[in-house]
Amino acid sequence: MQLETRVYQKENNLKIGKLLKASARDFFGSHFLAKQLATRDITSQYRQSYLGILWAFIAPISSAFVWIFLSATGTVNLSDTGVPYPVFVFSGTLIWSIIIESINSPTSNTNAARGIMTKINFPKEALILSGIYKILFNSSIKIILLVILIFAFGVGFHFSLLLFPFAIIAAIVFGTTIGLFLTPISLIYTDIARIIGMGLSLLMYITPVVYTIPKEGLMKTVMELNPFTSLILTARDLALGNTPEYLSYFCGIFIASVSVFFIGLLFYRISIPIIVERLSA
Amino acid sequence: MKEDEVLVKVEGLSKKFCKDLKTSLWYGVKDLVSNIKGNKNERLLRDKEFWAVKDVNFELRRGECLGLIGHNGAGKSTLLKILNGLINPDAGKITINGRVGALIELGAGFNPILSGRENIYNNGAVLGFTRKEIDAKVEEIIDFSEIREFIDMPVQNYSSGMKVRLGFAVAAQMEPDVLIIDEVLAVGDVSFRAKCYDRISELMKSCCIILVTHSMPQVSKICTTSILMHKGQIKAHGNNGNVIEAYYDDNYIEDKPTLIHSEDCVLEYFRTKEKVFNGQIKNLEVDISILSEIETDDIDISIFLMSRELIPVCQTSSKFFNKKIALHKGVNSVKFIIDELYLNTGIYKFSITIEGINTNKIYLWMQNLNSIQVFNQFTLVSPIIIKGKFIC
Repeated sequence: MQLETRVYQKENNLKIGKLLKASARDFFGSHFLAKQLATRDITSQYRQSYLGILWAFIAPISSAFVWIFLSATGTVNLSDTGVPYPVFVFSGTLIWSIIIESINSPTSNTNAARGIMTKINFPKEALILSGIYKILFNSSIKIILLVILIFAFGVGFHFSLLLFPFAIIAAIVFGTTIGLFLTPISLIYTDIARIIGMGLSLLMYITPVVYTIPKEGLMKTVMELNPFTSLILTARDLALGNTPEYLSYFCGIFIASVSVFFIGLLFYRISIPIIVERLSA
Repeated sequence: MKEDEVLVKVEGLSKKFCKDLKTSLWYGVKDLVSNIKGNKNERLLRDKEFWAVKDVNFELRRGECLGLIGHNGAGKSTLLKILNGLINPDAGKITINGRVGALIELGAGFNPILSGRENIYNNGAVLGFTRKEIDAKVEEIIDFSEIREFIDMPVQNYSSGMKVRLGFAVAAQMEPDVLIIDEVLAVGDVSFRAKCYDRISELMKSCCIILVTHSMPQVSKICTTSILMHKGQIKAHGNNGNVIEAYYDDNYIEDKPTLIHSEDCVLEYFRTKEKVFNGQIKNLEVDISILSEIETDDIDISIFLMSRELIPVCQTSSKFFNKKIALHKGVNSVKFIIDELYLNTGIYKFSITIEGINTNKIYLWMQNLNSIQVFNQFTLVSPIIIKGKFIC
């Protein structure tokens, strides 16, 4: 049997193509490890509580409820959304939370695995993949809730609802790709992680998550340029059976995300030794 | 499987570290950027940096075991991290053939809330096993760990020893070509430790091992060759005996008597006529003078020879030889004659205790007294050499 040979030296004199291949191989090859890590985190999270998995439903409902309450009492006055407001808000916050979770997931998973990373050599791509698995799990619960709401409020079934999962996947790939590029620097400086957290919460206000795009003005321009807008609106339109307005922008972002995703993975891969060195020294 | 193929080859390996956190982080960001470009320039020390590992070379073949020794901060762990592929070198090259297994941390990936059985899967997955492999080995792992009774209990309720057992049991299933071990074996109870050694010796037949340790007996017992590291560089390399001697020279403890306990008694002096011996020690007189404040009969004087790690090697005792000794007020002189003693090459230190046999009271306990040095033609593994004859 031919033994596998590894060479460790300072230069990354491997060809980009070879590196990409190795990175992709580790990403798809680490399915078992990723699944194991995701199952570990999910089960341990719910085992210590009586309500258990119910918590996965409680959190999104309560956050949507705040906006429903604000709108129903007239505290905030929002323009007509065309669909029952609870469904509108819930679908918006759902996709928004998935994108945010995806952006934070590479950083938080890598950070949580610091202890192992500085001691054991395993494919770090598994951390990214396990993050995606965890998001898929959380999202599927929220999607079930959304579907229930869609029928409860009489929006009814549209065939485009079947395409909704693709919109979710686009949101996850988009978010994870951004996360991959942010991870190395935000692991080194905690400032970066704070700035990102703050920036994202501000970003929500220039994205049509809980309200529609205004008919005119500066906000309309900003929102239309905002790539998050197309993700949220397309997903919502698919779920509620409207014609997606920003479909081409959405497709562009999706295709770009998928290809940039692998570059991000490569960047992550070559950055890990430097992070391990700086964190464990 | 070829018998003497080179599995690990390390050439001119160097790695630098930074002493200051803020600077280190900033260098990290710079390295992130330069790493993308490939960074092929020679790397020199930047401000506040030092070489943690400098110009290390060695080769390791199948069946060999290399002991890495050196005092804290000598660069041993850094070297292991580079060998394990966790961090990249700043200069030089490592070529490793075959699967690498690391016993650096046991129980990586354990979650405290989950049961032992679930954590076998977590730990196994991190170590690179497939689901099938773990399914096939799970019973064997539980048996090896000897904690079947508690295997479905959350790991947070395990004792630290049980966690180590489970962690080692999983890691012991690895079949590496190159095994890296970092002192993890220094935990757990005696019987389990023995089991670990057995497993390692078994693995050693088919792989090569790099072992980091502070225990010199362990080095002489398992390793085929060893390396002494000092400030990142190799200070001695080769035969265990020589390297261990160099290690002790490096870690020399001065003859500075330490008083551990004293009550009504003070040691005035403790002398031996000779200090250096070639071969066996014969008729060595030990003169002791004790200043006592009390009058007591029936005491026991014990004299020990300790290794440089302050582990007792051999001892004598007056009560053992039924010699009644009494202490009088004032100066008491006692002489002990070592008839014959055969010790391994090395430095040994005296220590003494004086106890009341009936009173059960410790009057004096002193360590790190005079040292003696023994030279033999060969350096053996254990401290005491049995005197006898081989007849064939």
